[in-house]
Order: sequence, then structure tokens, then C-alpha cells
Amino acid sequence: MVWFRRKEKGVLTTEKKQIPDGLWQQCEQCREILYRKELEKNLYVCSKCGNHFKIRSWQYIAIILDENSFEEQDSNLQSVDPLKFKGVKKYSDQIKSAVKKTGLNEAVVTGSGKIERLPVVVAIMDFAFIGGSMGSVVGEKIARAIETAIEKKNPLIIVSASGGARMMEGAYSLMQMAKTSALLAKFSDRCGLYISILTNPTTGGVTASFSMLGDVIIAEPGALIGFAGPRVIKQTIGEDLPEGFQRSEFQLKHGFVDSIIPRTELKTKLAQIIRLLWSEGDNGSRE
Amino acid sequence: MNQFVFDFEKPIVELEKKIEEMREYAFVENVEISEEIARLEAKAQKLRQEIYAKLSRGQLYQLAKHPQRPYTLDIVERIIDDFIELHGDRRFADDPAIVAGIGMLGEKKVAIIGHQKGRSTKEKLFRNFAMPNPEGYRKALRIMKLAEKFDLPVLSFLDTPGAYPGIGAEERGQAEAVARNLFEMSHLRVPILIVVIGEGASGGALGIGVGDRIIMLENTWYSVISPEGCAAILWRDSSKFNEAADAMKVTARDLLEMGIADEIIKEPVGGAHRNYDETAQILKENITRHLNELRQFSKDELLDKRIEKYRKMGHWGEG
Ligand SMILES: [Zn+2]
Repeated sequence: MVWFRRKEKGVLTTEKKQIPDGLWQQCEQCREILYRKELEKNLYVCSKCGNHFKIRSWQYIAIILDENSFEEQDSNLQSVDPLKFKGVKKYSDQIKSAVKKTGLNEAVVTGSGKIERLPVVVAIMDFAFIGGSMGSVVGEKIARAIETAIEKKNPLIIVSASGGARMMEGAYSLMQMAKTSALLAKFSDRCGLYISILTNPTTGGVTASFSMLGDVIIAEPGALIGFAGPRVIKQTIGEDLPEGFQRSEFQLKHGFVDSIIPRTELKTKLAQIIRLLWSEGDNGSRE
Repeated sequence: MNQFVFDFEKPIVELEKKIEEMREYAFVENVEISEEIARLEAKAQKLRQEIYAKLSRGQLYQLAKHPQRPYTLDIVERIIDDFIELHGDRRFADDPAIVAGIGMLGEKKVAIIGHQKGRSTKEKLFRNFAMPNPEGYRKALRIMKLAEKFDLPVLSFLDTPGAYPGIGAEERGQAEAVARNLFEMSHLRVPILIVVIGEGASGGALGIGVGDRIIMLENTWYSVISPEGCAAILWRDSSKFNEAADAMKVTARDLLEMGIADEIIKEPVGGAHRNYDETAQILKENITRHLNELRQFSKDELLDKRIEKYRKMGHWGEG
């Protein structure tokens, strides 16, 4: 359970022992012990402090899409270690263990579904898969999702959760930024509606490409959102970073997100935005 | 200017020094040793070719950062006539880490954007080591939009160690600035030629790096993170950049093999830093050729091809 890995290890380890695994979960922000069932019902938002827990892609799908409406596409796409990358670990081994750990083939799940009966194409990133990093497969799956949205003339929703580009694919991973952005330009030229949802964390190459290109950009409360990671910035400037730096509220203040919406209201608001901007059969050219 | 010498360049530089001394000796003492000098010059040429043909990725990475490499404005002043530099993003400031302008490449009008490094300490600070802030990317975009309006092709020179990681940069939306450029460059209705002349570090480079063709000078690198940055993450030791450069495959030749670069432009023997004029001349010929080819396409064809180029990038399996 990742929540126990944070600071003050000693204290938490003892606490962990006292908590029956699975029944209770601790909020990593306010340390409140939460009843798991309640937490689930509250969409993994801490009832005491409002902290939005990191959640898995399938949980997000359940939160924003109508029940049983999701049809996955391209779940068979897999990373292939194109550079035969060897760092401390072999990249091919990292992929294998991520697949085993997450039950996913990659760090994004894509497909079609409905939000209050409105058709949408979604791409939902999963931070549990190598930190939600973007390599060739993430780029390709998002590109294909955009193409599906173009073809079906449906709104597109991308939920970001990523530490950035996947170093182990070198320049290929960098080029996924250009690839996804190029397809979004094509989609936009056809007047497709794209809503980008930023969750904790959204940084690096993902932020500097599709995440920041939404017609409407929504952030979950308190999410870390930025280009450079806080550690790199701190190292570069040699100063401590201001309170709340790079959080959703900071991005709202500086004009880079349209709205901060708690997870519990997200689905309703998404449907509202879609109804206001999009209509069935919108084919996208306003000429 | 004091010459900066990498270890692997030392045998060449020593031999060159010796030749120079012999010339001086021959002149001062008025002796005839031209045969001996010619022999040594042939030897030096052979040595240069041998050494530069065998450089490791780590050494090529170092060459790309050579403090005497020609920078964007060194090239612009040699190949562009009537250059007018245009400043500012009209929103916040002028970012000296990116230069932009218009001018003539031979008979043809072009718009030029590029990262700009500084040579002296003062100039380095002024240029922020070619690490742009958001206003740099927004200035570049403004000039690209100007180029689109007046139908000028865009020439973009890449040479940056990365976008600047600072508080102000984040406040002003570094990520949005880079993302917006990727988006706009993908469907800008004029030809865009990308020329990597030094360092192509990550999103900071790509932020002015989307185009119809990507050509790279021989001794340059381009990847998702610098080999030093990669080594710092993997081994907590940035001095292991050799290993990281090999792991990520960052050289011009690698990028050509990966299908990302379209062409490698040969540098004068010994590297671009040894002869700015010759480097500029070679670049001018190649840039002119590519732009002429790109002018043949209709605007729609150009955009279709451009998006298709990026659409294909990457490697994956379908299990
Ligand atoms: Zn809490």
C-alpha cells in the first residue's frame, strides 16, 4: 500500500501494523484513518481534508462513465523496448513487472463510453504503470483515440496522470509529444471538442503536450501540475519553492486551467460542458 | 579567443601546434622545410579523420556542447542577407534565449527562429544559456504566425540544453507554451525546416522543433533528456553520461536510424567549431535544397505529410 511509503516512516510502520489491511486506509495528507468502504463511496476523496487519492484508470472510468458503457480499444498494444535500453534495470524487465503489477499493458487505457448518455472517447492514464510515463505505446494509443473521436465525431476526454516522458525510449518518447499534439491539431481543425482533466501528478512531457491543449482544461483539487518537477526547479534556483507552487490552485490563479472540480462533481460538470459546446452529428467544420 | 580542447582532440591540436611552429621557424630562419610541413599536414588530416570517425556517443555529445561551436546567430549572419531581428512575445517580454527574425536566404525570403547560446560569461547569462522561458516560445510562435500570413517558410535552429526550470517559467506556463507550439507548428500553413545545430534537449528543443523535415549537423544530439540528466537519474552520477548516451542513443546517426532525423549534414573535418564559414556554406546549400523541395507541395499536401510524419513515430507491438 503506497500510502504508507511517505515521510516519518517509523511512525507509519507501527501504525500500519495496527490497521487491518484492506479495511482501512490512511489519508497521506491529513493522516486520518478512513474506512475503506466510505472512501470508495466518496470516490477516493478524504472526507476530512478533501485530499484526492491517486486512483487507478479503471476506478476513474467507473467515476466518469455511465455504468457498463465503456468499450476499450487497442488494449493489445505493448511496449517493445526499441532501444534495448539498459540502465540499472533492463527496460524490458521494467515493462514486464509493470504489466504484472498493474494488470495493464500500458500506462493509458483508451476507448469509448457514455457520460449521462452522451457519447465520448476517453483516454485515461494510469500512474501505477511506470509512473504514467509516455512512451511509444501511450502516444500511439492516444493518437488512435483521437482518430476514433475524429471518426465518430465524438467529444474527447483525456485524464492525465504522469511523471512525464519515458526516458527509456529516448527520442521516440519525446516525439510522442509532437505526435499527440499533431493529431489534436487535426481534431481541432475539424472542430472536435477536447476536454483535458489533470490529476495528481501531471508533469513533464505530458503537460507540455496534450494535457495543456484542451478546449477546456479541468484540474482535480490539489494536483501537482507543471513542466519541470519541483526538485529540479529547487536545484536550479537554489531556493525553497513557495507554498502551493504548481498545484491546481496555482495553475488556476495563473490562468492555465479553466476550473478546479472535485471528483465528486466531475461527471455532472463534464456532461454539462459537453452539452453546452457539442451537439450530435457535429462534424466539425464551421465553414 | 582561447581555444577549448577536449581530451580526444588533443593529439590533433598538438600536431597542429607543431606544424605552426615549424612554419614560423621556416619563416624566421628562412629555411626550406615545406616538404616536411606538407607531410605533417597530411598526417594531421588523416588523424582528424580517424579520430572523428571513431568518436563515442559521449564524445559526440561533448562536441555538440563545444563552447566554440557556431551558434544560431553565427550561422544566420553568414547565410541570411538583410536579416531583421524581431523581438518580444507581445504579452510579457523578450526572451534572449530564442532569437527570431526575417531575411533572405539567397533569392528567397525566410523567417528564422532559433535557440541562442552566449559566448562570454556575460552573454551566457544574458541568453540564459539558451534555456528559454515561455515568452521565448511565444515569440517564436508569433514570428511563425507572421511567416504564415506572408507565406514565408520557417527555418528553425535547435540548440538548447532545455527549457528553463524556474518559478517564473512555471507561473507563466512553460508547459502550455511548449504544448501550444507543438500544436500550432503541426498545422502551420508554410514549410518548416528543423535544423539541429548543437543540442536538442527534450521539450525545450521540440518546442520550436516540429516541422516537415528534421536535418541534423553531424556532431549534434537530440533526445528526451540530456545524457547527463539521464545518468543523474539512473546512477545518481552525471559523469556517467557516456553510458547514458549509449543507452538512449542520442546522436545524429542514431536519430537517422530511428527514422526521426531525415538527413545528417556533414561538418568540416574536426567539427563545426573549427570552421564557421565552411559550416555555414554547407548548411546554406542543404537548407536551400530542402526548402526548394518543400515549396513543391501544395499547402494541404504539406500538412497531410507533416502530420503523417509524426503519426508514424515510435515503436510498439500488437500482442
Ligand atoms: Zn485527508
